[in-house]
Formats: sequence, C-alpha cells, structure tokens
Amino acid sequence: MEALVASAVGVLTAAGIFLILRRRTFPVILGLSLLTYAVNVFLFATGRLAVNAPAVLNKYEDVPYTDPLPQALVLTAIVISFGMTAVIVMIALGAYLSAKDDHIDMSARDSVDDAGEDA
Amino acid sequence: MSLFLIAALPFLGAVFPALLIRAGRNAAASAAGLTTFLALMGLLIHIPDVMSGTVVTARFDWIPGLGLNANFMLDGLGFMFALLILGIGLLIILYARFYLSREDPMGQFYTYLLLFQGAMVGIVLSDNILLLLIFWELTSLSSFLLIGYWKHLPEGRQGARMALAVTGSGGLAMIAGMLILGNIVGSYDLSVILQNRELIQASPYYLPALILILLGCFTKSAQFPFHFWLPHAMAAPTPVSAYLHSATMVKAGLFLMARMWPVLAGTEAWFYIVATTGLVTMLIGAVIALFKDDLKALLAFSTVSHLGLVTMLLGFGTKIAVVAAIFHIINHATFKAALFMTAGIVDHETGTRDIKRLGGLRHLMPLTFTIGTIAALSMAGIPPLNGFLSKEMMLEETVHTVWRNSHYLVPGLALLAAIFSAAYSFRFISHVFLGPARDDYPAHPHDPPAGLWLAPAFLVVLVVLIGLNSATIVGPLVAVVSSAVIGGEKLPYYSLKLWHGFTPALYMSIVATLGGLFLLALHRRGETVWNALPRPEAKTIFDAVIGALTAVSRWITDELHNGVISRYAIILIAFTVGLGYYAYSTGTIGVETRVPLPAPIIPIIGWLCLIVATMGIMWFHRNRLLSLVLIGVVGLIVSMAFNYLSAPDLALTQISVEVVTMILLLLSLNFLPTETPWDSSAARRWRDAAISVVAGIGAGGLIYALMLRDFAFPTISQFHLANSYKGGGGTNVVNVILVDFRGFDTFGEIIVLGIAALIIYALTDAVLGTSVRAYLLNRKPHWPQSGDSHPLMMVVATRVLMPIALMVGAYIFFRGHNQPGGGFIAGLVVAIAFLMQYMASGYTWAIERQRFYYHGTIGWGVLIAAATGLGAWFNERPFLTSDFGYLHWRPLEEFEWATAMLFDTGVFLAVLGAVMLALDSLSRLAWRPGMAQEFPMDINPLRDALIEEEQEKKEQG
Repeated sequence: MEALVASAVGVLTAAGIFLILRRRTFPVILGLSLLTYAVNVFLFATGRLAVNAPAVLNKYEDVPYTDPLPQALVLTAIVISFGMTAVIVMIALGAYLSAKDDHIDMSARDSVDDAGEDA
Repeated sequence: MSLFLIAALPFLGAVFPALLIRAGRNAAASAAGLTTFLALMGLLIHIPDVMSGTVVTARFDWIPGLGLNANFMLDGLGFMFALLILGIGLLIILYARFYLSREDPMGQFYTYLLLFQGAMVGIVLSDNILLLLIFWELTSLSSFLLIGYWKHLPEGRQGARMALAVTGSGGLAMIAGMLILGNIVGSYDLSVILQNRELIQASPYYLPALILILLGCFTKSAQFPFHFWLPHAMAAPTPVSAYLHSATMVKAGLFLMARMWPVLAGTEAWFYIVATTGLVTMLIGAVIALFKDDLKALLAFSTVSHLGLVTMLLGFGTKIAVVAAIFHIINHATFKAALFMTAGIVDHETGTRDIKRLGGLRHLMPLTFTIGTIAALSMAGIPPLNGFLSKEMMLEETVHTVWRNSHYLVPGLALLAAIFSAAYSFRFISHVFLGPARDDYPAHPHDPPAGLWLAPAFLVVLVVLIGLNSATIVGPLVAVVSSAVIGGEKLPYYSLKLWHGFTPALYMSIVATLGGLFLLALHRRGETVWNALPRPEAKTIFDAVIGALTAVSRWITDELHNGVISRYAIILIAFTVGLGYYAYSTGTIGVETRVPLPAPIIPIIGWLCLIVATMGIMWFHRNRLLSLVLIGVVGLIVSMAFNYLSAPDLALTQISVEVVTMILLLLSLNFLPTETPWDSSAARRWRDAAISVVAGIGAGGLIYALMLRDFAFPTISQFHLANSYKGGGGTNVVNVILVDFRGFDTFGEIIVLGIAALIIYALTDAVLGTSVRAYLLNRKPHWPQSGDSHPLMMVVATRVLMPIALMVGAYIFFRGHNQPGGGFIAGLVVAIAFLMQYMASGYTWAIERQRFYYHGTIGWGVLIAAATGLGAWFNERPFLTSDFGYLHWRPLEEFEWATAMLFDTGVFLAVLGAVMLALDSLSRLAWRPGMAQEFPMDINPLRDALIEEEQEKKEQG
C-alpha cells in the first residue's frame, strides 16, 4: 500500500512540475493542481497510513485511531488551494483577455516597454 | 497620568484631526491642541516626583522572550525632553493653524504632527532600548511625511527622501549597536544597562557598539559629515522646521547621547569621537550659516552648529560639561524655535525668505522685529539673555579641555565658532530688520495676527526670564536633569548666573561679540571670497551616491527578475531538488520499523487509473479540454484514496472542492485558447522532464521512507485524541482540531479565502472596465453552442435537487462536530447546490433570485467567527477557547451545544461566500445583454443562425 501511495505521489509530483515548467498559463495551472494533489497526499501520508481506523472517537471500544493532525492540516490546505487556483485562473484569464497572449514569460519586447514607462 | 497614556495620547489623538477636518480647520487644530495639552498636563502631574529625583515607571511585558518590554520611565532627562516636545508642540499647533494656507490639507498636517509627537515622547520615555528603537524609527518615518508635506514641491520630496535615507540608515546602524549593547549586559532594559558601566566599557564589543550607536545619534542630530540633510529638510513648512529641526527631532540624538552618557562616556574613544565631531560640526555649521541668504537655511546651519556645541559638551565627559549641555539644550530650544517662527512670519508677510531682498522691516513689523532681535541676540550670546549663560559655560569648559596635549586647540576653535555664531546672529538682525525700508518686497509687510506672534513671543519672554533669573526658573530643572544624566551621582559645584567675575570665558565672550560685529562689517567682501571657494556640494554627492545605488539595484533586479517566470520556477525547483539531494547524501536513514500494509486489488485498480490519467495528461496536455477531464479522474481517485485510508473528512472535502474546481477551470477554458501550441524546444522539454522525474523520485522516495518508519519524536496527535472529547466536546477529532485546537489557524484560513475571492472579484471588475468588455461581447465561442442552453431535464433535476442538496449541507454541518463533516464541507456542498442552479438556468436567472451579496456572506462569516473567538475573553479565557454543554429540551433527546458550532457557522458562511463570489465573478465575463430569458429552458434561436454563418464561412474560405 505504501508503495502505491509513494509512487502516486512521485508521479503526480513529476507531472505537476513538468507542466509548471511549460510556457503557457493553462498547463501551468494544471501543473499546480497536480502538484497540489501530490503535496496534500504527501502531508496526509506523514501521519502514516491506516486502513479502517476511525478518526471519530468511539466510547464503546478501544481501537487504534488514525492520526487526526495531518488530516486537519490537509483539509484546510485543500480549501485554500482552491482559493489559490481560483486567483491564478483569474490572473491568467485577465492577462489573456487584456493582451491576447497566454505566455507566462515576459517577452523581451515587454521588458523594453516596461523600462520605457519607468523612465 | 500613567506613562502609557502619555505616550499613547498623541497616537490616539492623531486620528481626530484627520476626521475633524471636515468640521473645519479650527476643529482639527483644537483636537490636536487638546490632545497635546492633555498629555502635557499628564506629564506635569509628575513634577513633584521628578523634582524629588524619583523615577516614575510603568512596566508591561510585551514579548518577554525577546527581551522586548513596553517599559516606560520618567526621570529628569525624560521629563525635560517630554516637556520640550509637548510644550513647544502646543505652541507649534497654534502657530501652524495661522501659518498654513487654505489650500494646505490641515487635517493631514496635524495627524502627521501628532504621530511625530507621539514617537518623540515614546523615545524619551522608553525604558527599553528595543522599544526606544521602534519609536526612533517612527520619528524618521513621521518626519518624512512632515518634511514632504508640500507634495507638489520637488525640493520637499527630495528633502524628505534625503532625511529619511540619512536618519533611517543611521537608525539601522543604531539597531545593531543597541543589540550589541543589550547582548553585553544581558538585558534590553535601560535601567539595567545604565547600571553596568564597567561591564560595558570592559567588553571587547564596546567600541563597535559605541560607533554604531553614535552613527544613529550623529545622523539624527545632523552632526558632520551627516549634517547636509538638515538644510534640505527646510523645504518643509516653517512650523515643521521650528518643531522638528530646532526643538525636537534633531535633539533626539543628543537625548540618546545624554541617556547613554553614564555607560558610554568617560573613555578616550568617546572623547575623541564625540567631542571632535561636535567641535567640527559647530565650526562648520557656523561658518556656512554666515553665508546663507535663505533665512531658513541660515537658521538650519546655525542649528547644526548649536547641536555640535551640545555634542561637544557631552563629549567632554565631565559632569560640569553635562550641566552646560543640558542648560544649552533648554536655551537653544527656546530661542531657536522663536527664530524659526520669526523667519516663518517674515516669509509669510513679505513673500520671501531671501535676505538679499529683505531689510528695513524694523518700521514695518515692529513686533516681529522685537521678537526676532531678542531671540537672535540670545543666539549670539549677548547678556543678559539665556544664550549668553550657556555659551559662557561652554567656553569655560573648553578652556579646561586638552586635545592631544594641546591646550589651545579646543578653546581656539570654539572661540572661532562663537565669532561666526555672533556674526550670523547679527546678520539676521541687521540684514532683515535694520537699514532703510525698501519698496520692492514681494508683498506688503506688516505685523501678523496674534495667532502667529503669540507663540514666538511666549518663547522670547522665556528667553529673557531665564537669562535674568536662571537659578530660580530653570535651576532646579537643570540640576535634576543633569543628575539624571550623570547617573544619580553628586553634581559638581556650579552656578547659573550672569556675572562670574573676570574669567577667561568672559574675555572670550567679548572677543566673540566684537569679532562677530567685525565679520558682519566685512560680510560683503567675505561673501565674494566664499563664493569663489570651491566647496563640495552635499546634495550633488548624495544624489550621485543614491543614483549609483539605484542603478546597481536596478541592474541586479533586472538581471534576476527578468519576467521569465518559467526561469524562476526552474531555479526554485532545481535548488529544492539540490537541497534534497544534499540532505539525502549527507544524512542517515534509520531502519524500517513499520510493516507495509497489504495492497488489495481495488486500491491497485485505483492506482492504475491515477497513473494512466496522469500519463494521459502528460501526453494530451495540449488538448486542454481532454486534460481537464483527465485531471478530474485524478481528483476523484485522490478523494477515494482518502476515504480508503481512514480520512472521511478529507474525502468529502476533496470531492466537493473537485467539483467546484472543475467548474471553475471549465469556465476559464471558455475564454482561453483550446490548444496549447508547441513552443519549447526538444532540448528544453528533455531538460524539464529530467528535472521533473528527479523531483518526483525524490518526493516519492521521501514519503515512502517516511511511511515505513515510526515517528522520531512523540507526536502531539495523542494530545488531540485525548482531549478532543473532554476539552472540545466533539468526537470528530479532525473537526475539533479545526474549530478548537487550531481554531486560530482556521480563522486565518477563512480570511485568506475571503481575500482570494475579493481579489477575483476586483480583478474581474478591473478587466471588465477596459476594452476587454467589447472584445468579450464580440467574440465568437470556440465551439458552436448547443441550441438548448438551459436544457429542460437539467433545470427540472436541479430544482428538485436543490432542497435535497441544502438538507445534505445542513446535515453535514450539524453532524460535523461528532461525525465526518463540518463547516468547510457544508459550505462547499451548499455552494455546489447554488452552482447547479447557475449552470442549469443561467447566470441572469440565478442572480435575479439572489437575495444576499456574497461579499456580505464572507464578511459575516469572518465576523461571526471573530465574535465567537472574542466571546472567550468575556469568560477570561484566551481567544477562541471553546465551551460546550448539554441541553435537554423535551420532547427532544438531550443534545450537545458547543460554541465551536458558532465558529463553524462562520467558517461555513465564509467558504460559501468565497466560492460563490469567485465563480460568480468569472461568470460575469460571459454575460451578454439580452441573455435574460423569461423562460429559463427555451431553445436558443441563435443556434441556426450561428451554424449557417459557420457554413457560409467555410464555403467562402
């Protein structure tokens, strides 16, 4: 089981990073989403894996519980990463709609324009 | 009045002028004046204590771990400075009310002034050097605002920047010095530091600490070679110059030298650094002042010179010199503030400050003439005025000072400075007021209204009274302050009186006065020589240095931050991978202690799905829609994995977030290109692939190793499991951690989420405000639209599902504390229920039925959460401590009631509002006029037209 989770984390990380290194906004967003999965599962797994172990206390029997702390951290991380994705999507959309260009890198022409404005 | 209150009053009062300016300028000025007056009264209440030598203290441990305590103390030294700051502050507030014109934003002025005043009071009352440093930097910042008050003047802006750069960097040096000092002593409390003279002076770090602290003092007090900022700061309105640059801010450096005198002074290093700097500054300031034509520049350089004088006296390191220094600080504050205000009056009434264009004002402005002349004579050191007394004491001290075996160097140079000082004072009188009246003043000069002359007149009365009867009026104060400076030891014998007999100082005074008159007579010729001399222009040098620094910073920034985001990303990733490799190759890894769990067939199938989907994304990522579908598969598997691995809360959250994220990405894809073109070279793709694979192996290997080993340290999860029910009243430990144990984190999270939603809203608004709107209205969709934009089946289904979905939301919310669920998940579920209506029936239809704005929902959520947290305070518990109890309402079963539930309500509302606001904003991009339809489920009549158009195009193309 551990091997499955670890290899999944590895594959998701690799795919996420590869997409983050692309030069258009949309693949980068996809890459961030994949990396988010990887990081969340990673954090969750730091609590060690447990199958059929409740996170809910039970007063009738004494069973080994799962580690609740990473779960709580990951829960907020999932929600926050939605917020982050939404902001990035909006930035990407705004940039594309304003400039009709979805490159994430500033081109040499843009840099020149920028310097011109400063001077 | 508590010292806390005295220090806080100006800050609290700073709010009022800015608000009250709508009620008129008098209201703003009165508010500022009243605040200062209250603080001043609060200070004066402490007179009996201070005069008896008691130190009043107020202590409060702020961050004890850092040694940062909000400790205040009031001794003689602090009292005198606070008196100057608040007393002259009051006069300045009165003066400024009449000085500033109608166009000047007076509310702002008083707000800045009070902020500055508070910072100054803070400095002089601090009993903790870290606290003192905070106030010290605050004076730099608030004086920046004051100097640059006339924003439309380039000199004002440049002067403000220069002052901030010089005093700010001095302050940075001082922080280092103070930290060293605190480290030597082991405490940051001044009262402790002041007891440890031997320890400090014996330390090898004494010299660096001394130099760094003195850098702070010298920059603040405009000592050579940092004196150049002060004249440029004169671009400020005159009340600011009178307040900051004569009475208060520039004296902060002197204050600190006096404050630190008991522990830092008395060594050779102290004498040669401080006394020499003071002497040089005194001389240079006096010489330059004589040749300045701008009245304020003259006064500025004279201030530099007088600050040098006091610095020199403190540098001598003898007790009697300290008495002279203290006495001169008082005297200088009175006559120099009066002179600045006089210069302001002259400027105000004649329209110019240029001495060359003035003269003969004696007859036109008799009152101003009287005030200005008395103050200037005091500055020149003419008996019986107060300036004479302290200047004579200074001269007397120089006679007893030996500099490198030379008995004549210090008194000689001091005498020379005194001659120039007398000369520029006489010049101030004769070239402005004396001589024939002219007929080419820019305005018609006459004496100003009482509001302008009252303040300087009051100060001049003090000048005369102190001069005539110093022993009674300021004698006790000088004694108390001096003994505070020298650390409570016995004061040497001295007497504050006009006539000391035929002493060397008397002869020197006479020479200074005669020499001053002589120099004045030669002024015209001297000026020719002066103008012919080559001089370094401080501003040019400063600008060149700053320009070079800016160029270097710009170069570094441009090189590092060239806008190629993929480069930043690869640097970050490569660096992280490198760090990981370093840790792996140098660290050790323990033996496996856990037995791997078995992997049944179902998880293996899930794993296969995930891997195939991920590979599919890699393969097809140029087809954006397809990769979105595949990423949905990944998300689904991840949430199922959470469920399988005993994390039902995570599974619920992940799956609902998944839905929302997919809708979001689909919406955005509507506007983005549908394909990603090939634009990386093959080499680059291989490089990226290599780095990604390495990173993936690293992350996977790390977590694999981690999962097979037990915790190296005992985890705190046991605490949470043990206390969840007893302390938090819930059996769902994850939820109890979220709303109780780590409630503060969650509180921060919902705020962040709310901010993210607001950013999205604001960005949409900004984008729609540009030409983008026209583009959006005219653009063609990527694909031919389905004719049935609101299909009947879906509309009916979502309508039926709505109450069910809401009930599920409510159910998940209420069970959250004890069973998987809670505010986060409930918020997402309810948001999805709303989103279904948007999708099925259209944006316009949905918002027509919307009763609450999502901004408000977010706001209420955060407020409810905050209010729940605050509620704990009323029960004398820390923020966000939760409480619970059991209620039994018949005929209901007994049920639990927890404040955490209220907090969770806040979470629920904030999440709901944030999700809805984000998606609602994005949907606005798709809005077109005429989209609203009476029936939400009709056929789109445009479909046929669109298809025909497409076909026509094909035929033509």
